[in-house]
Amino acid sequence: MKLRVILLNAAVALIGLIVLFPLAWMVSVSFMSTGEAATFPPPLLPKVWTLSHYRELFVDQGMGRYMWNSLALATLATLLALGFTVPAGYAFAKLRFRGRDRIFQMLIGALVIPAQIGTLPLFLMLKSVGLVNTYAGALVPWLASIFGIFLVRQYALSIPEEMLEAARIDGASEGRIFRSVVLPTLTPILVTLALFVFLGSWNDFLWPLIVLTDQSNYTLPVALAALSREHVQDAEMMMAGAVITVAPVLVLFLALQRYYIRGMLAGSVKG
Amino acid sequence: MSSTITARERAAWGFVAPALIAIAVFFAVPVIAALLLSLTDFDIYALADLKNLRFVGLQNYERLLTNPLFWGAMKNTLWFSVLGVPLAIAASLFAAVILNARTVKWRPIWRVVFFAPYVTTLVATAVLWNYMLHTKYGVINWILTSVGLPAVDWLGSPATSVPAILMFVVWKIFGYNMLIFLAVLQTVPDDLYEAARIDGAGPWKSFRHVTLPAIAPTLLLVSIISVAGFFQLFAEPYVMTQGGPAQSTVTVLYFMYEEGFKWWNLGSASAVALILFLCIFAVTMVQLWASRKLGGDHT
Repeated sequence: MKLRVILLNAAVALIGLIVLFPLAWMVSVSFMSTGEAATFPPPLLPKVWTLSHYRELFVDQGMGRYMWNSLALATLATLLALGFTVPAGYAFAKLRFRGRDRIFQMLIGALVIPAQIGTLPLFLMLKSVGLVNTYAGALVPWLASIFGIFLVRQYALSIPEEMLEAARIDGASEGRIFRSVVLPTLTPILVTLALFVFLGSWNDFLWPLIVLTDQSNYTLPVALAALSREHVQDAEMMMAGAVITVAPVLVLFLALQRYYIRGMLAGSVKG
Repeated sequence: MSSTITARERAAWGFVAPALIAIAVFFAVPVIAALLLSLTDFDIYALADLKNLRFVGLQNYERLLTNPLFWGAMKNTLWFSVLGVPLAIAASLFAAVILNARTVKWRPIWRVVFFAPYVTTLVATAVLWNYMLHTKYGVINWILTSVGLPAVDWLGSPATSVPAILMFVVWKIFGYNMLIFLAVLQTVPDDLYEAARIDGAGPWKSFRHVTLPAIAPTLLLVSIISVAGFFQLFAEPYVMTQGGPAQSTVTVLYFMYEEGFKWWNLGSASAVALILFLCIFAVTMVQLWASRKLGGDHT
């Protein structure tokens, strides 16, 4: 029995090492001086800690610009996605209107269609109205989130009917009920959804790669991919670029992980 | 009374209309348009002037099915899925089972740690793994050579490029399914394990007869989602190998991207997208059918 406990804990620690070592090493290498990482055996810690790669990325490679693009797009995507999906999710859960259940079933059925199928026509549509290479073009897919509607609906189902009826008897309009009664009770799922969209937009690659053609509009992942093709040998600078890209989302996730994990499980297990 | 109902219904439509319109315009229309686009010869000339667009029927599909590069992409994608799905699910399940043991310390912390790679930016961690897989200076070859094994040219040889990318992918995603498995495992009552132990079942037997039946439905769900995920690998080969060496990591989605946005054969690329969708759909149906069949045998 004792041996089993030790073995289990050792196995968990080993997985922990496999998971954490690459991330820790990425940070360490990003502080090494140029060329230090290209030695064998690979050094674990920098001999001299230097910020020169971060400086080069921001000063010469325009990393600040890419970071701003990523931040602005992720923030706007989050606001837009919430604005479009939250009222709809609530209405599908709690308001009666003709065709409600049929429309909802159609939406759920459409979840099996990968969004990538529409990528090419969507690009042509946006091109014809001049939205290629604009923030608006990059944001468009985030408006049409069926998953977001589904997530909000599942949560909104638990709002007690009496609460809404009481507000109606007091003469509140549906819009007012939504703002002052429904939204406060939905807060946890709003945080979850906001987190999903923000991380999703920040990490997204294929769509920004296609639609943001001008380098000044690149997001961090697109810029990093382009940079890695030019600077394959420059491991220290690439690791610094990876740290800049990963750190904001990792910190955000760790701060709000409860909301993320709860929402993720609500969306998959019970769904 | 009826007027209040219509007012409420009007409000409801006000709530759903923006989302439904967005889904119609930016999702439904493009998907249907992809179907139509795949029946045309939309290329760089049509991009310049729509007058050059012609309806070509199923020619794009015919041409793809005789294109060895397309079949190569199909074969690679299949290879990624056949190796990757079981590997990823096994890793998730293994991590979930040991993390479900009460005697493991700091379980809530490990749970978050194991999940963390999933939320990292794919492009950034792919760049990181590129370095870890480096033939000369990479830490993985360092581990191999220090236990006396020969160094491997991971991303430089067609035989190892797929396994190398899969190592990275499994590292990145296993935490996701692990959390789902853990949530289900926590609903299995301890009495069942206790009873199995009293019956003299070892860890493997109790896994087979208690754990596995409990997670079987979840296993199906997870495998369906995983297949769909592995069929859509794109950024990994784009960043790590650019499809090489010798086209060994060109996936279907990567092929579609090059066909569409490098060569501007948007008609043909749409056909690729639809074939990909049909494949995912078909595999899902087979999995559902197989599970029903297996489930029927048990009872």
